[in-house]
Amino acid sequence: MTQIDLYSILPISVLVAFACLLLLLEVFYPKGKQKEIGFFAAFGFALTMGLAISQLGNTISGFGGMVALDGFSNFLNVLFLLTGILSVAFAYGYNKRMGIDRGEYYVLIMFSVAGMMLMGQATDLIITFLALELLSIPLYILAAFSIQKEESEEAGIKYFLLGSYATGFIVFGIALIFGATTSTAFAAIIASIAQGTANLTLLTIGAALLLIGFGFKVAMVPFHMWTPDVYQGSPTSVTAFMAAGAKAAGFAALLRVFSSLFPSLAADLAPVIAVLAALTMIIGNITAVAQTDMKRMLGYSSIAQAGYILMAFVPFADEAVRATAISAGLFYLVAYTLASFGSWGVLMMLEREEGKGLSLADYAGLGKKYPLLAFAMAVFMLSLTGLPPTLGLVGKFYLFRAVMEGNVLWLAIVGVLTSLVSAFYYLRVIVTMYFKEGAPVIIQDRLAYWAIGSCVVATVALSLVPAPLFAWVSNALISPF
Amino acid sequence: MNFLLEPLNLVTFFPLLGVLVLLLVKSEAKNTLRWVALGTALINFGISLWILGKFDPAGDLQLVSQYDWIQVAGWNIKYYMAIDGLSILLVLLTTFLTPIAILSTWTAVEERVKDFMVFFLMLEVGMLGVFMAQDLFLFYIFWEFTLVPMYFLIGIWGGPNRLYAAVKFFLYTMAGSILMLLAILWLGVNQGTFSVPDLVAKGGIPADIQMWLFVAFTAAFAIKVPMWPLHSWLPDAHVEAPTAGSVILAGVLLKMGTYGFLRFNLQLFPEAAYAAAPTIAVLAVIGILYGAAVSYSQKDVKKLVAYSSVSHLGFVMLGMFALNAQGIEGAILQMINHGLSTGALFLMVGMIYEQTHTREIAVYGGLWKITPVYGSLMLIVALSSMGLPGLNGFVGEFTILLGAFGSKAFGSPIYAILSAIGVILAAIYILYMFQKMFLGPAGKIVEEVKHHGHELRDLNAREIITLLPLLVFIFWIGLYPAPFFNLIAPAVEKLLIPFQAVIGG
Repeated sequence: MTQIDLYSILPISVLVAFACLLLLLEVFYPKGKQKEIGFFAAFGFALTMGLAISQLGNTISGFGGMVALDGFSNFLNVLFLLTGILSVAFAYGYNKRMGIDRGEYYVLIMFSVAGMMLMGQATDLIITFLALELLSIPLYILAAFSIQKEESEEAGIKYFLLGSYATGFIVFGIALIFGATTSTAFAAIIASIAQGTANLTLLTIGAALLLIGFGFKVAMVPFHMWTPDVYQGSPTSVTAFMAAGAKAAGFAALLRVFSSLFPSLAADLAPVIAVLAALTMIIGNITAVAQTDMKRMLGYSSIAQAGYILMAFVPFADEAVRATAISAGLFYLVAYTLASFGSWGVLMMLEREEGKGLSLADYAGLGKKYPLLAFAMAVFMLSLTGLPPTLGLVGKFYLFRAVMEGNVLWLAIVGVLTSLVSAFYYLRVIVTMYFKEGAPVIIQDRLAYWAIGSCVVATVALSLVPAPLFAWVSNALISPF
Repeated sequence: MNFLLEPLNLVTFFPLLGVLVLLLVKSEAKNTLRWVALGTALINFGISLWILGKFDPAGDLQLVSQYDWIQVAGWNIKYYMAIDGLSILLVLLTTFLTPIAILSTWTAVEERVKDFMVFFLMLEVGMLGVFMAQDLFLFYIFWEFTLVPMYFLIGIWGGPNRLYAAVKFFLYTMAGSILMLLAILWLGVNQGTFSVPDLVAKGGIPADIQMWLFVAFTAAFAIKVPMWPLHSWLPDAHVEAPTAGSVILAGVLLKMGTYGFLRFNLQLFPEAAYAAAPTIAVLAVIGILYGAAVSYSQKDVKKLVAYSSVSHLGFVMLGMFALNAQGIEGAILQMINHGLSTGALFLMVGMIYEQTHTREIAVYGGLWKITPVYGSLMLIVALSSMGLPGLNGFVGEFTILLGAFGSKAFGSPIYAILSAIGVILAAIYILYMFQKMFLGPAGKIVEEVKHHGHELRDLNAREIITLLPLLVFIFWIGLYPAPFFNLIAPAVEKLLIPFQAVIGG
């Protein structure tokens, strides 16, 4: 191991080391004082974020081409760490209220974030797989974290079974790709395809299996069935983390693997992805209309949002558009992370221990009684719909541009039409908050207030001054190792 | 700071200063809130008059404020505001109607005054931005942004069926705008710029694609205008909206649609506009006749006024797509006229509603005797709305009809002739309304109000002050419209240059 090797995974190592340390600390910490673990975790995330930011602009390959540090992974590292910090901020009060404030929670989140970061950096399919497991296993535990509740247990089991099943697809896909190209390293696979020594049939089947496996992770239709149940059953703090972080990590892997390895298969794969994206947008949005439980509604909405991001992915093989497509995907991920995390945060403020406060009707009158919180929720809903003055509009604008430059106009039309459908159920939240009378109860949670507030400010401010974010994502390129 | 001191930015964003002040005032201090909002709107009107003073009708786009906004990642988006003869009157109309609308809420809005005023001033920002933005992306942001405050105005302070009306308004309008969004993106991606003047200068969009883009933009604007058969959101939104909301909705928001046609459809896609002119004319004529016929059969006076908008805006569309100087100048003037007369009608309907809490025409009668000032003012406004010579409506409609009659784009005077029937129908439904409500024996509402221990009162000083400015302009435009035409004419001439090539002189 050289210094370069270590440097390429420095943030991940620090985060994992921190997590191990906290795990030990947690054992010896006196009972009842474990909440301080949360502070340590936040500190760990912040420290790692600092390191990740300091690595900006580096393009290096480590561990004999197994791990890459480039604009793409660097950007995602920062995004994943932000997800981590936000999860800690939301979970801190929420877990205590729900009676699940155990120190392991933060440790598991940290491990999972480390897995996400590795996922963005992996340039060897074995590492991709390893990262996927590091990301998923803590999530299986977290989904069942509220063990006193049956739904949470059920969510954990469901997520575990279906998740393992999906992992099976990925492993088998990797095996087939190995069979086709005699390697799992990106560079060797690319070379093998370029030289024409690869078995294209096996390669295509392998790629398709990978698409299914990752499709499960990002909740792409028709592999989305688990999402509403798991999202509803898991503790909301976990759901928020899954909806934002795990989804983004799935996209990170999809973008890197497909745009590096399979541009030559685009003729076969791109139409399939386009149809899946369209289906995801259509089914996600239409099903969301029928939901009255907020957690389920946001669950379906997150499926629909995956469809929009997937849209950017369709022209992945088009040399001229690829950079735009990837940047647009990343840009929208930021918009989605802020709005989605923020809205889950609002949900946590209204949720009560006995599982009440989660239906749409509980939001009636929020605008009158808690104007700031309702305003925040309205901003998130507008952003998810794609209306000004929010980042969601700019993000969608960028996505549609990528699709249009890739000459898949019909997909853009599906995109805008389903946005209209989505406006219906996002607006319904605003209608309920502002236009209906009610006596909502919220839990005062200062930390969550701050986290929600920063999501709102970022969502609005970045929409007015989007140039820096545009500049950043357009430099977040996947380097061809 | 310099950015905000440029005239157009100042007038657009000044209401935000009012919003900030409003946020600092206590919610219970209702009168303070009202005065702050009114003061802001009045100062903003003053700023717009200052802009009028600087405005040179002969000039091109002027008072330009241009900054790089998003110039990375292959985007070429600018912050680009400017004003010309096509928009100056609409900007003035906006700043003129806003304080009037605020004044009309003095006693009508008692609940959540602070929120009301905040949304109202934010709405003004959006509307002004729409009329001045010269970059398509910026325009789209302002355009969609106006939806949000209006949605809240209808949804919170509206009538009994307000939820339905607010959501319908929102979804209907958004359905059109998202198609426009795709067209805007197509232009930006393929022409390399979002700036309207640059796009106009560049031109060269193939005719078949022009038609698609034209259709996409039309989807957004035709819903907003609204053109028949896309008008069904309008009566709901109008009836449920609070009076001030209706005034702004009819007075300004609908003009955003007609203005959009003028600024974008005609400028960017001249060939397609020429090809589509007869189709638009058919829809416009149907709108004129249908709106008038449906108005006549309304039992609710506010609905009657709402449907009359469909008819009046049909005239605007007809004049615009006549694609000659008279037609377009008449159309622009008629936009202003409609804002003044329909605005005044909604205000007056609101004034009586505040006392009686009903808008059913049948329960009224003999109001002229009971409330003479109200009756006389209503007569003037009604006559203006139906286009009596000497009042503003006549000037607009007559110019439009002249334009439509001689239009080469239509190729036949039949549209003008059919629309002229619309003028007669307007006289019928307006006079019918006036006769039922203001003449004859006193209606049963008079007794009913007495029964509740009140007396129907005539307009008070505040209400007269609210209406007076509108009346001044109703007479001014009616008697001496030249200054208004002078503001519009050079810009219209310039707008028509590309069409001379298409139409052939």
